[in-house]
Amino acid sequence: MISLEHTGVLLLLTLLAVGTLAQTQVLEASVWPWPQNIRVSPNQTFALNPSLFHFQYSAASAVQPGCSVLDEAFVRYLRIIFGTGPWLSPDRPDLKITVKNSLDVLVAVPGCDLFPEMNSLENYTLTLSNQQFVLKSHTVWGALRGLETFSQLIGRSAEGMFYVNCTDIVDFPRFPHRGLLLDTSRHYLPLQTILETLDVMAYNKFNVFHWHIVDDPSFPYESVNFPELSRKGSYDPASHIYTMEDVKTVIEYARLRGIRVLAEFDTPGHTLSWGKGIPGLLTPCYSGSVPSGSYGPVNPILNRTYEFMASFFQEISDVFPDFYLHLGGDEVDFTCWLLNIVSSYRKGYIVWQEVFDNDVKLSPDTVVHVWRETKPVPYAMEMKNITKAGYRVLLSSPWYLNRISYGQDWQKIYSVEPLDFEGSPEQESLVIGGEACMWGEFVDMTNLTPRLWPRAGAVAERLWSSKSVNDTKLAYARLANFRCELLRRGVQAQPLFVGFCEHDFYH
Amino acid sequence: MALRVFCPRVMSPSALLLLLPLLLLAGVPLAAAATRPALWPLPVSVQQTPNLLYLSPVSFEITHGLDSSAGPDCFLLQDAFRRYHQYVFGYSENPDVSRMSSSVGTEIQKLLVVITSDSECNAYPNITSDESYKLVVQASVAVLEARKVWGALRGLETFSQLVYRDSYGAYVINETEVTDFPRFPFRGILIDTSRHYLPLKTILMTLDAMAFNKFNVLHWHIVDDNSFPYQSMAFPELSGKGAFSHAHVYTHTDIRHVLDYARLRGIRVIPEFDSPGHTNAWGKGQENLLTACYAGSQKTGFFGPVNPILNTTYDFLSTFFKEVSQVFPDNYIHLGGDEVDFSCWKSNPDVTKFMEEQGFGQSYEKLESYYIQKLVDIVSSTNKGNLVWQEVFDNKVKLNPQTTIVEVWKGSYYEKELSDVTAAGFATVLLSPWYLDYISYGQDWRRYYYVEPLQFSGTSTQKELVLGGTAALWGEYVDATNLMPRLWPRASAVGERLWSSKHVRDENDAYNRLTEHRCRMVRRGIPAEPLYVGYCEL
Repeated sequence: MISLEHTGVLLLLTLLAVGTLAQTQVLEASVWPWPQNIRVSPNQTFALNPSLFHFQYSAASAVQPGCSVLDEAFVRYLRIIFGTGPWLSPDRPDLKITVKNSLDVLVAVPGCDLFPEMNSLENYTLTLSNQQFVLKSHTVWGALRGLETFSQLIGRSAEGMFYVNCTDIVDFPRFPHRGLLLDTSRHYLPLQTILETLDVMAYNKFNVFHWHIVDDPSFPYESVNFPELSRKGSYDPASHIYTMEDVKTVIEYARLRGIRVLAEFDTPGHTLSWGKGIPGLLTPCYSGSVPSGSYGPVNPILNRTYEFMASFFQEISDVFPDFYLHLGGDEVDFTCWLLNIVSSYRKGYIVWQEVFDNDVKLSPDTVVHVWRETKPVPYAMEMKNITKAGYRVLLSSPWYLNRISYGQDWQKIYSVEPLDFEGSPEQESLVIGGEACMWGEFVDMTNLTPRLWPRAGAVAERLWSSKSVNDTKLAYARLANFRCELLRRGVQAQPLFVGFCEHDFYH
Repeated sequence: MALRVFCPRVMSPSALLLLLPLLLLAGVPLAAAATRPALWPLPVSVQQTPNLLYLSPVSFEITHGLDSSAGPDCFLLQDAFRRYHQYVFGYSENPDVSRMSSSVGTEIQKLLVVITSDSECNAYPNITSDESYKLVVQASVAVLEARKVWGALRGLETFSQLVYRDSYGAYVINETEVTDFPRFPFRGILIDTSRHYLPLKTILMTLDAMAFNKFNVLHWHIVDDNSFPYQSMAFPELSGKGAFSHAHVYTHTDIRHVLDYARLRGIRVIPEFDSPGHTNAWGKGQENLLTACYAGSQKTGFFGPVNPILNTTYDFLSTFFKEVSQVFPDNYIHLGGDEVDFSCWKSNPDVTKFMEEQGFGQSYEKLESYYIQKLVDIVSSTNKGNLVWQEVFDNKVKLNPQTTIVEVWKGSYYEKELSDVTAAGFATVLLSPWYLDYISYGQDWRRYYYVEPLQFSGTSTQKELVLGGTAALWGEYVDATNLMPRLWPRASAVGERLWSSKHVRDENDAYNRLTEHRCRMVRRGIPAEPLYVGYCEL
């Protein structure tokens, strides 16, 4: 809890609930990101008995025990909600309060061993009433989102009682692609740091981990076909690489949290580190008629470049299960060729906006990722142009979280409206979401977590919640509260402003 | 192996400094590997030869020299010997002892520490503490000579920075001679435990990192508007009601712990109890201490600065500061005095009447002066000197230059302020360019590094009044989650500016050394953030 007196903001918010429940309500709920529809009745409260409470598959559910995604999520969320005890005695006959011992989970369609996809449904309904204590969703991914919401609704009284108010939630994401970019080339991030970030992403309902895995400074990806790439191109092949096992761990850890792993192998620029392991791959630069000793982008005039690329991207297409690869790219002929190759591996691709700006011929199903703020045009204009050309688009320009500044910059991040450009409804429907980017020039494991959280949370709510949830004052209290909840969960999230949390960080 | 100049521009008119060629091994691009010594802050004089000496993690020891005035009963040094042995060898997980002992080459067996004058082993450091030292590293025994333990602590840090590992993993040190002393005697870090509470562990880690950077003052801005975590014996309600919670307090045991930990690292702890403004949290546990604000003839229910017109105020302050002066051993207390908002005083009819009686007219600065002078008298009666923020000087409070140090913190025209303050004969400490809580994108350490504290117009007598500076990390946006990476290594830039010679300001050289120094801090358990792209050897 943030101290009320010291923030000057009340936690009991009068919020205009949106959608079908549009009415003014006093809410005793602090959920982040804010659900599409929520109704809370603080007058009716249920107690949860921590030693008995459990999640159970509803008899009508299409998935049943043995479903890896939910089996593990149930264990995870019990731990998040109740900790590991010990708890106070559950029997409080003096309290006239209904005790609930389980939440029924009902998933409509089967599928526990799949990977989440761009068009996976994440909607869910959560009904916590006398008659029903049930979470319903179309897919297991929706159930994960609902469990997260459920965990955020649970309160703890000063006496240690766990309780939840009578609540009705109908929720779904506004955008299907809600991403976070980490850069493991400028600085290596240990596996543990990546996994912890995936946990916090799930708390924020992010669903895409954009892994900018290699770049100029280092090549930590250990390739099966070209092991020299990381042996020579990583900072230290003994410690600063991602083995195939590491990569598989990340992909599975992400899957269990409903998060896609979108791998980026940027070419033909940003490839200095590639050249160390693959002699002849990069273009030698000349000063006059002599090689200068330095290298430029991938050499597009050699056949063996294409042989290497074909083989390398075949491997990448196999290793990363997501339909999409992020290809970076800004050089016309080469990119054109690469896009065709990747298509032939039955993958879709996402490219940085330069590919569009440079008039590379793109197939209609390309996703263009907008990252520049003002050039060649302001990003809203860029969004307009790209959607007008019929391409789907992702927004990152205003969400470069590595660009820090003094004060509460989350407010600026939060105030962005991705559809704030001139365009038809068809154009707007081509905006599939956005990504918060944490580029690595000045970030490594020492400062990543506090720099990322809760600032990235502002992006998460913008991409999940309704467009009308955009009041920074109301968001402040919830986000401050959510940040305290992150601390309680062991995440080193930095403060929004003065104050304290009941579970402050103690190293 | 090429011989290169290590610190070519360390010159001063008063000292003949040696410019012998020094060894600098080639740096690995990007990699901040511990394969060459990177001294930070740079000593006054360093001479090295290419001759390598080997240290065995098993048998190398740091111990007292026979002719030292300190011995095994000097706990401060015993503890430092243990600590620095660990810093030198500790971060290798599995030292390959067999390989190290079979290293071909001359071994250095011990470092002897010799204190040549009264050791001050059991004392607390103060503004006049001698921190100079001389270090001679040669086979088979290295000698660190200092007049006082304080210099020995600084020299041990330097010694630990000289040791590196060769490509086979062996611990090596070049034959070296270092002569060193600080440029300024006051080199501070300000932490703020009121906007956010900082757990004891965070404060202790900060003290560790301060020692790695040869800082010697912890300016503890312990209370403010937002919370009052200091647990007073005389007035337990101050924290009882003014702290964020009962868990967010500093007990006397906590404070003793900080004081001891700091002393063992040669660091002074100067507490700041800021008044009469910035005192909201005081009012919760001490009734009638603050001025009640009025709207017309009605009390608003809000409170302003300390009420300066009541005798009870000064009775309270006497008792309170007597306690503070006993709890904190440093011979200075920081009294604050910044940003006093006069509007509440103006609104209060009793204050208005008092102003008339005293003949202050409309000058609320005079009322502030009245308060500060009484407060300074109270503190002086405890035989402590005091520090105040620049407004106290700006508002022409009558102060005694013998006992008051003025701290310059306002961002604009700080050179002018330094000039004015020192012209009036006051000693001063600079903070203005070093507000590290003001973060920005990129390598802002360069800006902090670039500052020259004596670049203001004034006589040499005036310049001698600049005691040093302080890097301030105010707490609005900082708590235990982000303090360490936000403070380090950015504060290190200030550390070198205040310790090293004025002429040590080559940014490229600083970048290379600081990159490695930050990796050293990381290996020692301080999560110091990166300067730029690269990595640290484990």
